[in-house]
Parts: sequence; structure tokens; C-alpha cells
Amino acid sequence: MAEDSWFDEDAGPLVRPFALTRGRTRPGRYDLDMITLVVAIGSHREPGREPEYARILAACQRPVSVAEVSATVDLPLVVVKVLLSDLIERGELLFRSPPRTVSPQTDRVVLQAVLDGVRNL
Amino acid sequence: MASATSEGPLLGQSALKVLVAGGFGVGKTTMVGAVSEIPPLRTEELLTEAGAGIDDITGLDRKTTTTVALDFGRITVNPELVLYLFGTPGQERFWFMWDELAAGALGAVVLADTRRLDSCFPAVDFFEHRGIPFVLAVNCFDGSPRYPVDEVREALDIDGPVPIVHCDVRAKDSSKEVLVTLLEHLVQRAEVGVLA
Ligand SMILES: Nc1nc2c(ncn2[C@@H]2O[C@H](COP(=O)(O)OP(=O)(O)O)[C@@H](O)[C@H]2O)c(=O)[nH]1
Ligand SMILES: [Mg+2]
Repeated sequence: MAEDSWFDEDAGPLVRPFALTRGRTRPGRYDLDMITLVVAIGSHREPGREPEYARILAACQRPVSVAEVSATVDLPLVVVKVLLSDLIERGELLFRSPPRTVSPQTDRVVLQAVLDGVRNL
Repeated sequence: MASATSEGPLLGQSALKVLVAGGFGVGKTTMVGAVSEIPPLRTEELLTEAGAGIDDITGLDRKTTTTVALDFGRITVNPELVLYLFGTPGQERFWFMWDELAAGALGAVVLADTRRLDSCFPAVDFFEHRGIPFVLAVNCFDGSPRYPVDEVREALDIDGPVPIVHCDVRAKDSSKEVLVTLLEHLVQRAEVGVLA
């Protein structure tokens, strides 16, 4: 597989994920949380795309959390955040941060919605 | 809405999270799986900082990079809202990671096992200190003693407003009831204006 050439075979299992990020451990300027939702804008089948980016885009064809992407592509969260940031930077991915606390009133409305949703499980 | 770039205006859905904490083997993953609409997924967070949170029992060099697994599930609340449940390892050595896990969490379920009540102490301590609302759910394993709520409250020194319930996390309805209890508690706090 092409991605095998990205790392030294002798490197430990945790070196490999960071080889994918070219050593980067911080997700650039995007503050991605594990429940930040992401969705791919275009197709993941574009020719010539690096395999890890293609796998990530394939995992985000509908809105999913960063944690789900990490589970699907089987890479640690920290690595997935770096790769997702690259895709956001290139305009290939939309994302939505979790809502911040706005006021007790809106919080109450949101919490009630969650309560109703759970009751209907 | 705040900045369009950070909120992603074209994405009409947002996500919330609740933590399910407690000692090893208390039933966190079982609870997540019981209420999740997908089989529980597993993700890994990296433990990288030298010495941060890696204890002697792991037998690892303090500078070794290792990972900790988190199990999680999801519940689609409505077309605009998704709730994620994260089973979070309860050992104190993971506390440094709990800060990130807990950031923005609506609240938490702390699972306790009456055969090893003390294994939920670190989680109770953490949520109390951070002011994160939680419920204590006693998972009733077969054959384990079933103490009245008052006795559990006293044994664990749990504050009056914190709900305590019994459950069998293997049963969907029982796990769901625990979540309902947590959310009712959260709604009630919001009504009286308690700041999270
Ligand atoms: N008898 C019984 N077994 C349980 C119960 N909850 C969990 N288990 C079992 O206990 C083991 C540990 O549960 P798990 O959910 O993996 O615990 P975790 O480490 O907290 O995630 C599993 O084999 C479960 O099937 C329970 O309420 N009753
Ligand atoms: Mg587990």
C-alpha cells in the first residue's frame, strides 16, 4: 500500500500516525473538539488524493463527530484532528463546533429537547 | 450565531456530550451500548506528556507515549441535535485527560458497584470539584448487596441535590432511566438558574 512508504517499518506503532501528520501534533488554527461535527463537501474519490485524506473524507460523507472519524479510520484523536484541519484549510470539509453556553434560558430549551429525545428512545 | 467559520453555517446539526464515568469493569461500556443507536465505537486519546498520568502499574517508561481508549455511542435527539455518550476511564491517573473530556459536557453519570464502592470516589471527587452536575447510578450486579439510597449517599458522602438511582445497565430501559434522571436534574438546575 502506498501509505506504507510514509513511515519507517522499524518505528513503533505510535510513530506511524505521526508520520501521517508529518510530526504535527496540533490541529492548526481550528479548535476541534471530539464532538465537533464534520462533513465532506465534495467527493472523496478525487484522483491523486493521499490515501489517509481520502479515507477521512470517505468517513465524513454525512455529518459525524471527530470521535467517529477517529474510530472509523482507526487513528488516535490527536492525529485525526490534524488531518481534519488540513482538509478544512483546503475547503474540503465543513465543521461545526459544539454549542457554547449562551444563557440559562437557551440552555433550558436545549436540555429539555435532549430530555424529550432520550425519553423517546 | 458567532463567527460563521467556526460554527459552520451549512451544517445544521450540533453535538452535545454526557460522560459515563466509574471504575474499571463497573459497566460503563455496557451502559453506553444499551442506549446507543450504533454499536459502541472506540477511539484513542494519546497520553504523551512525560510522566503525565502514567503510573507504575502500567510498567511503562514514564516518557513512553501510550494511548487510552474511550468507548462512545450516539443518540440522535432530533434533526438538529446529537448526543454522544463517552465511557471515560475512572482511574485517577487519567485525570489530566478528564479536563478535556469534561469541557462542554452537559453532565455525567457516575456508575458505582456496591461490591467496590470506593472505585467511584475519583470520579465523584472530580465532578464535585469541577462543579459538573452528575447523578450517581448504582449498577446492581447479580448477587451484590442492594443498599438503600440513603446508605449509599452516606457511605459516599454525596451532596443532597445529587440524584442517586439503582440500575441494571444491561437493560436499555434501565440505562435510559438513568439518563432521564440526569437530564431532569439538569433541566431543574437550569430552571433555578444554577450556572454550570
Ligand atoms: N451481571 C452483570 N454483569 C454486568 C453488568 N454490567 C456489566 N456487566 C458485565 O461486566 C463486565 C464489564 O462491563 P463493562 O461495561 O465492560 O465495564 P467498563 O469497564 O466500566 O466499561 C462485562 O462483562 C459486562 O457484561 C450488570 O449489571 N450485571
Ligand atoms: Mg469499558
